[in-house]
Amino acid sequence: MEWMVWTLPTAIFFSVIAAILLGMTAWELVSPTVERRGFLPIATTRGDRLFIGLLSAAYIHLVTVGFTELSIWFALGISVLWLLVLMRWG
Amino acid sequence: MNKVYNNRAWFLILPMLLLVAFSAIIPLMTVVNYSVQDVFDAQTRFFTGTEWFETMLNDSALQAALLRQFAFSFTVLAIEVPLGIGIALLMPKRGWQASAMLILLTLPLLIPWNVVGSIWQLFTRGDIGLMGVGIRELGYAYNITRNPTDAWATIVLMDVWHWTPLIALLCYSGLRAIPDAYYQAARIDRASKWAVFRYIQLPKLTNVLVIGVLLRFMHSFMIYAEPFVLTGGGPGSSTTFLSQTLTTMAIGQRDLGPSAAFSLIYFLIILLVCWVFYTAIMNSQKDNTPQGGA
Amino acid sequence: MTRSVPTTPDSVRQQAAEASAKRRKLARSATVRWRRRTLLGLYLVFVLLPIYWLLNLSLQSNSEILGTFSFWPQNLTLANYIGIFTDANWYMGYVNSLAYVLMNMLISILVALPAAYAFSRFKFIGDKHLFFWLLTNLMAPPAVFLLPYFQLYYSVGLFDTHVAVALAHCLFNIPLAVWILEGFMSSVPKEVDETAYIDGYTFPAFFVKIFIPMIRSGIGVTLFFLFMFSWVELLLSRTLTATNAQPIASIMTRTSTASGIDWGTLAAAGVLTIIPGVIVVYFVRNHIAKGFALGRT
Repeated sequence: MEWMVWTLPTAIFFSVIAAILLGMTAWELVSPTVERRGFLPIATTRGDRLFIGLLSAAYIHLVTVGFTELSIWFALGISVLWLLVLMRWG
Repeated sequence: MNKVYNNRAWFLILPMLLLVAFSAIIPLMTVVNYSVQDVFDAQTRFFTGTEWFETMLNDSALQAALLRQFAFSFTVLAIEVPLGIGIALLMPKRGWQASAMLILLTLPLLIPWNVVGSIWQLFTRGDIGLMGVGIRELGYAYNITRNPTDAWATIVLMDVWHWTPLIALLCYSGLRAIPDAYYQAARIDRASKWAVFRYIQLPKLTNVLVIGVLLRFMHSFMIYAEPFVLTGGGPGSSTTFLSQTLTTMAIGQRDLGPSAAFSLIYFLIILLVCWVFYTAIMNSQKDNTPQGGA
Repeated sequence: MTRSVPTTPDSVRQQAAEASAKRRKLARSATVRWRRRTLLGLYLVFVLLPIYWLLNLSLQSNSEILGTFSFWPQNLTLANYIGIFTDANWYMGYVNSLAYVLMNMLISILVALPAAYAFSRFKFIGDKHLFFWLLTNLMAPPAVFLLPYFQLYYSVGLFDTHVAVALAHCLFNIPLAVWILEGFMSSVPKEVDETAYIDGYTFPAFFVKIFIPMIRSGIGVTLFFLFMFSWVELLLSRTLTATNAQPIASIMTRTSTASGIDWGTLAAAGVLTIIPGVIVVYFVRNHIAKGFALGRT
């Protein structure tokens, strides 16, 4: 494991992703998702919206880091907000 | 087909999942770890945060390589897809000619990628290559090591040579699946050739073309060995595509951090393009077949 | 029905028009056929010319290659091929390549068969996302994974073995196999499964004895694709090997030495890399057309 050069931030990052996946699975077992149409142009399930949210979060971070002077925490905040909006109304 | 809901299917997936995860997830995690550090070796490393991402996104050489990459991918797709469909339409339907054509067409697909580069190097060299010497005899000073336009044209030609057969074979097999009754009906209706193509053949081709375009986009976006052997990315950096930039950085200069950050950006781009494409196709299929397909 | 003698002027005209249309159609189909053949022929020349040139150069000595320009070998020589077959460093490259390709085909098909069955027959939590995740592995540029792979296989002690390359190629070959097989399996009606279970087959017995024979040609085609993508890959196989398991593709880079490039040997080695592919294509030639549709038409 030494060669994988873990750091605390990346470890937290992957734990959060794993936790989200586990949470989604549990949620699915408790109440199965129904495909529906929100403000997105396509009908999506819960998992689809999560994926769209995570992918756009990655791009939000890249744009913030690469082309603005804003802090990465700002990008994180926006992403979380966007993810919640997407999950609820997407 | 109506699928049964059964979570025990996970047991059938499990062996595959473990193997692919071993090959995919562990390395991906490591790349993420590299991307936020300046790594000399496992003991000597410094946390750099998002610095590498910032550098990479603003690196003009990489931006240029990215643009070249998109230009290249769309150029070869724009040539190979129509050409492949055309060849599939021209191919004999049955008999020994059909199998002979199939074998010959498949040939370029089975040649190791760097050998493809070597073949074209031998073919286009100004001193010993048939094409190189031939074009010079015609009076054009063809030179892929000096002239960027020649280098570009040659790489596109090489890719067309290498990969058009894939599209042609996919389309050919799609066309073979059309029952003769369809054509008979079209003949009775006196349908024009174009109408036959547009309303009978093309709809049958969409499925296989989706696979073809996806595979072609992914592979052309990762192209490495062929241009590396043929032009070495030159002249200058006119044919240096993303993979080569990345490999030089990662292996040649051992800049683990920056190249890892760049890898992730690269991966995200491919992921986005393919996801958009995949979703668009899946949704259009859903509209066409209301009873639900694969 | 027999053709009646025309009785009215209208029917005479109609029959004449039909006859001339038929004649025109025949004449046109002849020219169309020739145009087809010419176009196809031109394309075939384009496909074969570079390969012919490789073959041509491989049968010449280096001095002839560089000295005279000729469309066919003037002094036919097999020296380049003999050179390759008598040097263990060279021919072991082919053995190594074939070894990891075959291993990879075996591993990939064994784990892909049950997985593809699951995708084609069942719905389960996360099935669609799992399938897309598999496809993303086809998209991952090998360049991204080079360094971690090197580290990973080095740390588990597999560096420079055939297994390492075979496992690494699973990254894109297993998803591909699942994708292709899923298409073939979905085209087998579900009633087949149900009848077998009613007849008292257990799942493993049904799968091996009934289901696999039914998708035989699909498996053949899948193996063809697995061979193809493992055989042509360079970056990973070159990075994960040093001497013991070095693939032919990476040995070929040795032809460029300080004194220039050994063109003849390079060409001969290139020709030899094409041959395994030709053999494989020959075996699956009758299934290729169907297989390229990946069972989905």
